[in-house]
Amino acid sequence: MSRADVSRAEVPRAAAPPVPAGRGRGTASGYLALFRNELRLVFRRLRTRVLLGILALLPVLIGVVVKLNTDSPHDGRGPSFIAQTTQNGVFLIFTALAVALPVFLPMTVGVVAGDAVAGESAAGTLRYLLVAPAGRTRLLAAKFTAGLVFCLAGTVVVTLSALAAGAVLFPLGDVTLISGDTIGLVDALPRAALVAAVVALSLSGLVAIGLFVSTLTGSGIAAMAATVGLVITVQILDGFPQLDAIRPFLFPHYWMSFGDLLRAPMYWDNILKDLGLQAAYVAVFGSAAWARFTSRDISA
Amino acid sequence: MTGTPVTGDVTEESVGGRAAEVRPAPAPSAPPPSLPAGPDDVIRTRGLTKRFRGGQLAVDGLDLTVPRGSVFGFLGPNGSGKTTTIRMLMGLIAPTSGTASVLGASMPQSVATVLPRVGALIEGPALYGFLTGRDNLDRFDAADPTADPRTRRQRVEAALERVGLSAAAGKKARAYSLGMKQRLGLASALLRPRELLVLDEPTNGLDPQGMREIRTLVREVAAEGTTVFLSSHLLDEIEQVCSHAAVMSRGRLVVQGTVAELAARAQGRLVVRTPDTAKAAEVLAAHRVAGPAVEDGRVSGELGALGEEVLPGLCAALVAAGVRVHGFGLERGTLEDAFVALTGEGFDVAG
Repeated sequence: MSRADVSRAEVPRAAAPPVPAGRGRGTASGYLALFRNELRLVFRRLRTRVLLGILALLPVLIGVVVKLNTDSPHDGRGPSFIAQTTQNGVFLIFTALAVALPVFLPMTVGVVAGDAVAGESAAGTLRYLLVAPAGRTRLLAAKFTAGLVFCLAGTVVVTLSALAAGAVLFPLGDVTLISGDTIGLVDALPRAALVAAVVALSLSGLVAIGLFVSTLTGSGIAAMAATVGLVITVQILDGFPQLDAIRPFLFPHYWMSFGDLLRAPMYWDNILKDLGLQAAYVAVFGSAAWARFTSRDISA
Repeated sequence: MTGTPVTGDVTEESVGGRAAEVRPAPAPSAPPPSLPAGPDDVIRTRGLTKRFRGGQLAVDGLDLTVPRGSVFGFLGPNGSGKTTTIRMLMGLIAPTSGTASVLGASMPQSVATVLPRVGALIEGPALYGFLTGRDNLDRFDAADPTADPRTRRQRVEAALERVGLSAAAGKKARAYSLGMKQRLGLASALLRPRELLVLDEPTNGLDPQGMREIRTLVREVAAEGTTVFLSSHLLDEIEQVCSHAAVMSRGRLVVQGTVAELAARAQGRLVVRTPDTAKAAEVLAAHRVAGPAVEDGRVSGELGALGEEVLPGLCAALVAAGVRVHGFGLERGTLEDAFVALTGEGFDVAG
């Protein structure tokens, strides 16, 4: 590159005293600036957009497959909502969430959360954030918040894409709930939003786990792989009836309970258990991540 | 080498070990050899030590004092502990023992109040390749909770302007050359007026033109009253821009003081350029010139205690002995000579 074209312009000497004596403490907007910036950083990444794109494609794929197989009799396997989907496009939302929640959503969340700190460490930008000084607790909080927002974004993308695909491929109409009651379309959509919110919150424990793993290593790839691997392993363990003693404590154990919201009245028991479990995971792994990150030597 | 007298307040430690600190007490008239504990020291470390988990001692009992307003050169070969020291000063790693204070507050406890007043470039620039140069600065500024978001845009533009990156500010950082990345790193250190600028190897990987630009910038910043702490393994760089310097070697502080004092420690060498090297060496030896070294076409030696008064006589003696003297004179000592004299090792170890 020719350096002449960007050679430094004449810089006028500052006449004013260069260094103000007293510096004010941080303001609230200054404090929150990092949170806003973190969100922008996450969603401007090509990787994040690709992940969201895959999540958007998923309901369309499911919809098309279901549509093509409409004529063949449903053999009783697969998510229980598939049969209803052919009658009502709204059910594509629940089918898509049921398919995305065990694998695709946690995978994308694992990538984002796992890379959060380790990626900055690998790129070297972590040291510049910390000497800014971002504050280790504040930076971790911003990363966690961005992770949660990504969970919500992923869930919303699946929901909206499913709604759109469902509306195009299938008839829309009154929704027959699992309990047999029928509610109107206007009542069904808020319920779908509630389901999406619960699904997003179900992933919060995983965000904390991913963040903790991310503070352990200086390699973004390793942290992502470890987090995603952990998700898969725990899901497999959750499938063993022999492990009944520990299964209720595994973070994905109550994930599929969101279907209970499709009853009248809604059945909250398992959902509350799920949210409580997620809160516990956030507390434990959030503390672990904090303890690790605030005491760690940053030598990358 | 020779027993150079300790000048001024230059503190010295032998590379050998702490025991070397026990020296004969200075003459009563002499000022105390230790650095005065000025309240205005920008950086002060006492016994600062870092031992990594593998047991490797990276920094060993460092007593560093950087006076306010100085351009302080922090010298040492690669791997001598400079970057580890800087990381401890910036609160990135915790010292194993000893204390460090920056701008009067102890680190790493006071990072939140101290670091907003410090700009730093540590071990080369690190950027978000998928963000533009401008957005990179935006992020680093947002990371500082005491930075006012309302003036952010304006300060970012000013910093870009200052390092000459305004034209390239909209380009993705991954498309930047190393020199541009380095300058963007500098811009992020200059986002706000700083009391202290810490630059770790700021000219690494730059071409001569880029090096000159950085040096000019350092001088400007220093002229505005900012203390500059500049680490480098390039001696001439330190000699060109620094008022003070400290030399690290294998994790220990070898010497610190003003650059003038340090250079004065390196004795000038008498150099005779002649084709008759053997004869010239004989004459010099006969006149008690120490350590004569014969190279191709030149003979050099140390005057030591002889002083410059012997030079005319020496020259005459050489001519009288039939040596064809093509050149005769003293070569000024450089910081590099001083370093070699102090550590007994070459300087630019790994380049």
